[in-house]
Parts: sequence; structure tokens; C-alpha cells
Amino acid sequence: MTAADAHRAIHAVWRIESARLIAGLARFVRDVGLAEELAQDALVAALERWPESGVPDNPGAWLMATAKHRAVDALRRGKLLERKHEEIVYQLEARQERATPELEAAIDENVGDDLLRLVLTACHPVLSTEARVALTLRLLGGLTTEEIARAFLVSEPTVAQRIVRAKRTLAEAHVPFEVPRGAELTARLASVLQVIYLIFNEGYSATAGDDWMRPELCEDALRLGRILAGLVPNEPEVHGLVALMEIQASRSRARVGPSGEPILLLEQKRSLWDRILIHRGLAALERAEALGGARGPYALQAAIAACHARARTAEETDWVRIAALYGVLAQVTPSPVVELNRAVALGMAFGPAAGLEVVDALTSEPALEGYHLLPSVRGDLLAKLERFNEAREEFERAASLTRNTRERELLLDRAAACVRKPSTQRQ
Amino acid sequence: MRFMILVKATKDSEAGVMPDEKLLTAMMKYNEELVKAGVLVAGEGLHPSSKGARVKFSGDKRSVVDGPFAETKELVAGFWIFQVKSKEEAIEWVKRCPNPMYEESEIEIRQVFEAADFAESDPTGEIRKKEEELRAMSESRNR
Repeated sequence: MTAADAHRAIHAVWRIESARLIAGLARFVRDVGLAEELAQDALVAALERWPESGVPDNPGAWLMATAKHRAVDALRRGKLLERKHEEIVYQLEARQERATPELEAAIDENVGDDLLRLVLTACHPVLSTEARVALTLRLLGGLTTEEIARAFLVSEPTVAQRIVRAKRTLAEAHVPFEVPRGAELTARLASVLQVIYLIFNEGYSATAGDDWMRPELCEDALRLGRILAGLVPNEPEVHGLVALMEIQASRSRARVGPSGEPILLLEQKRSLWDRILIHRGLAALERAEALGGARGPYALQAAIAACHARARTAEETDWVRIAALYGVLAQVTPSPVVELNRAVALGMAFGPAAGLEVVDALTSEPALEGYHLLPSVRGDLLAKLERFNEAREEFERAASLTRNTRERELLLDRAAACVRKPSTQRQ
Repeated sequence: MRFMILVKATKDSEAGVMPDEKLLTAMMKYNEELVKAGVLVAGEGLHPSSKGARVKFSGDKRSVVDGPFAETKELVAGFWIFQVKSKEEAIEWVKRCPNPMYEESEIEIRQVFEAADFAESDPTGEIRKKEEELRAMSESRNR
């Protein structure tokens, strides 16, 4: 095995094992930051050893054993005695003395709980949203600082600093490494779901930059969502979020044209939609609904996405149902953005005038000031009403507001198309 | 990226030998791990080729050949689809699979094409367009 091969193999092992490793270690040392450092140390040891010795049969157990040795050493040297208790050393040693198969069992045991604790800690409300995202991708997704920086178009030192600060904040706030119960768990899970969906959305329609999509980030978010669904299988909203992401991801192949331009949902070639992901999404939605979560915000959005997924052609879309679902969503989580989407659905179900009425009521909404989709939707409805002059102005305004290059091009195209239709122009 | 993981057929699988409880449990545990790690997208086991058939193409002619087929090692007994970051990760996962057969067996790892794969060799998007037409056709035929 060449060194390069070994490094790639180690990286792959890290992807698979790091979250369990960090979670398992955090249970012992009760500090997520320290656990990550220990895991990283074990990774370095693997990078030194494995190119010569080959990847061991059970790389996860090897990494865990190495990390625990280091934890004991570090604690013995007294460097960490201020922070930790001797009791932890004892616990670690007791585990270490057992035979390897038992060690493996010790890793497997509670692994679900450990992972859940880890994701709840990484998404703790004491952290800023950016810190939660970075920490989740780092600790749960096994992404390197460089990969996170590339995904979010920020510099590597910025990400590194965010992670360091986040770990310090967690330690200073004495955030316990535990799974809260009842209402607190629900609230914390909501934070986790929000972080995962944020990661997905950043990959699905990048807010800035030259690329419309960063599919790898979508895959990371989907994976995190699926892991979470395995950890808390009885939480309907987790399945709702997974359903939403699976169905949205099923369209990725269809929503970008050959030269990278975005293609709107109704113009997408549905034959390009990924049937496997749609199938998975619909199944997850069913699970969410079966658990009584039909009115959860993510399940509702997934139900809307499912209406599109079930329609074989754009014309077959059940817009009346979509408008009704947006109506429920507007009750559950009232927001100007939901209202804007409801306007689109109303426009499709009952004609552009019905949609425009709702949109016009939103134009004075301060929260939507500077939001490019408001003029974009308004432009679309106006164009359908053949008020092309007004439509053009709206598309141009939308184009000036978006930060995404590809989207700007699309909007300017639509503005230009309005100019080409003066013959039907109404005064 | 996605990989299709192909479990190659063996004499046993072709003879319709079913896994015993121990192997079944081991495979189920493995599948569970894949699901919990969020990497398993799809997967199925396949009946022996004796229950299958082949359609051979020669110009406009079609001829149907019923199974079983002779070249056991070239046949597929089951598949998974993984969503992972790299081929190495797919390999790591496959290495963790219990031997799916009672005899020597082999699992093949093949990457699934994605739109981005064509971007470099298809700067004008011409091939991509053809591919879309093809998919549209197969879709309309499936209806």
C-alpha cells in the first residue's frame, strides 16, 4: 500500500468512525472539545502507523484504544487534572484492561446515546448558528476544516476559529454531555433539525458564489438527517425533515442546466428526478404522519414537496392541495416567506390575480425588504397577467438583489423576455 | 457520490441455497449499520438466474434466452446503493460486510454516473441533452 493509498483509506475510516469515536470519548472525558482533540491525536497516530502496518481489521476499535491510551497518559501527566477527576482515569483504565472484543462491545454499547448527546451538544443554544453548523459538520460529519471552509465560502482560519471558540464556549458554559428530557429535548432537537436543514439549503441553493448548488453539502445534510432519524426514530419531525430533504435532493439532477443555469421546478424534466430518493422521501413522510406529525413544519413542507413529486407532469400538480398545505403552514409557522409561497400556490391554483393579491400585501413587509424572491414572484404573476412593463421592473429589481450569479442571469433573461412582448402590452 | 455494490453470485446462490439464521442476522446487523450511518440508499437480493431471462439484441432482432446462465462468477446475486464521499469509503464499508456466502465470494464496487461526471468531457452539454432525451424516452415507455 502506498502512502497516498493509505492516507485515502485513513480518511475514509475517519469519515465512518470519527463521530462514534468522539461521542464515545466525550462520554468518558465529559468535554466535547477534549474528546475531539484525543480523537485527532489517534488519527495522527494512524497516519504514522498504518502506511507501514496496513489498516487494521477493526480500525474503529484501534482508534478508540489509541485515543483512550492517550487520554489516560494525558490525565496521568497531570496536564488535565485541574479539569478532570481521577475517577475518570480509573474508569478508562478499567475499560482498557478488558480484552479487545469487549472493548469493541464497549464502543458499540450506548453508541446511539453517545451520538445523540454529541449532536445535541454540537447544536446547543449557547452557540451561534454558524458555530453550530461548523461544529456539527466537523464532529458529526467528519469534515475537515478545509472542507467546511470550502463549502461555506469562508476562509479556513475563520472556520478553525469558529470551532475553537465553540468548543471553548461549551466548556466554559459547562454544557453537560447528556440527552435532556421532555420539552427541553424537543427544543434542542428543533435546533439540530434547523442546523441540518441549513446545511442542506446552503448546498441546495447557495446564497452566494458562482455555483447554484453544492451537492456534497446536500449529501452531508441528508446523511446527518438519516443518522438522526436512526437515533430518535419516534420523533415525527425528524422524519419530516428527512422526507423534505430526500424529495428536494431527488430533483438536483434536473434543476441545473448543462451550463450551470438553474431550472425552475415546473420547467424541470421530471424524468431526471431521482426515483429512489422520491420513494425514500415519501416513505419518510408516511412515517412522520403515522407518528402524528402531519402538522409539523418540516412534515408540511415535505407534504408540499411530495405533491410535486407525485405529479407526473407539471400540469398534473395538485395546486389546490399545495395552497391548502401552505395555509396550514402559515398557521403553524406564520412567516412572510411562507406567505409568499402561499401566494405562488394560490396563483397556480386559482389564477395569477389571486396570487398577486397576497403578494401585494407583502410588499410593505419589512422582513422581505431586500429578499429577491418577492419581486421575482411578483414579476412572474404580473407577466402572467400580461402587465409586462411592471413585470420587467420587478425581475430587474430581483436580479439586483440576488447574490447568486446564476440566479441573476436567469432573472435578467426573464426581464429581457418581458421587453420582447410589447404587442400584447396593456396600458 | 453513489456507488453500486454488486454481490457476485456463487454456486450456492445460483442453486437457491438460502442463508441460515446466523448469516441472515449478521447481514441484517450490517444493513442496520449502513442505515444508521445514513449511507444506504437502496439494496435488494436477487433470485438465482434460473428464474431470470436475457434479451439479446442484434440489430432490430430480439431473442429471449431463459436462465440459468453458465458464467456464475459474472452474475449478480444482490446489490446495494451507497451514498458516500469516496471510493475508499465505499471500500471501507464493504470490508465490514460479513461474507454474504458460505463459500469464497466477491463484492464489486462501481460508481454511479452523476450529471457532474459529464461536465468535463461534455463542455457544450450536447451529450447531456442526449442523455436527458434517453431518460425521457425510457420514462415514457415505463408508463
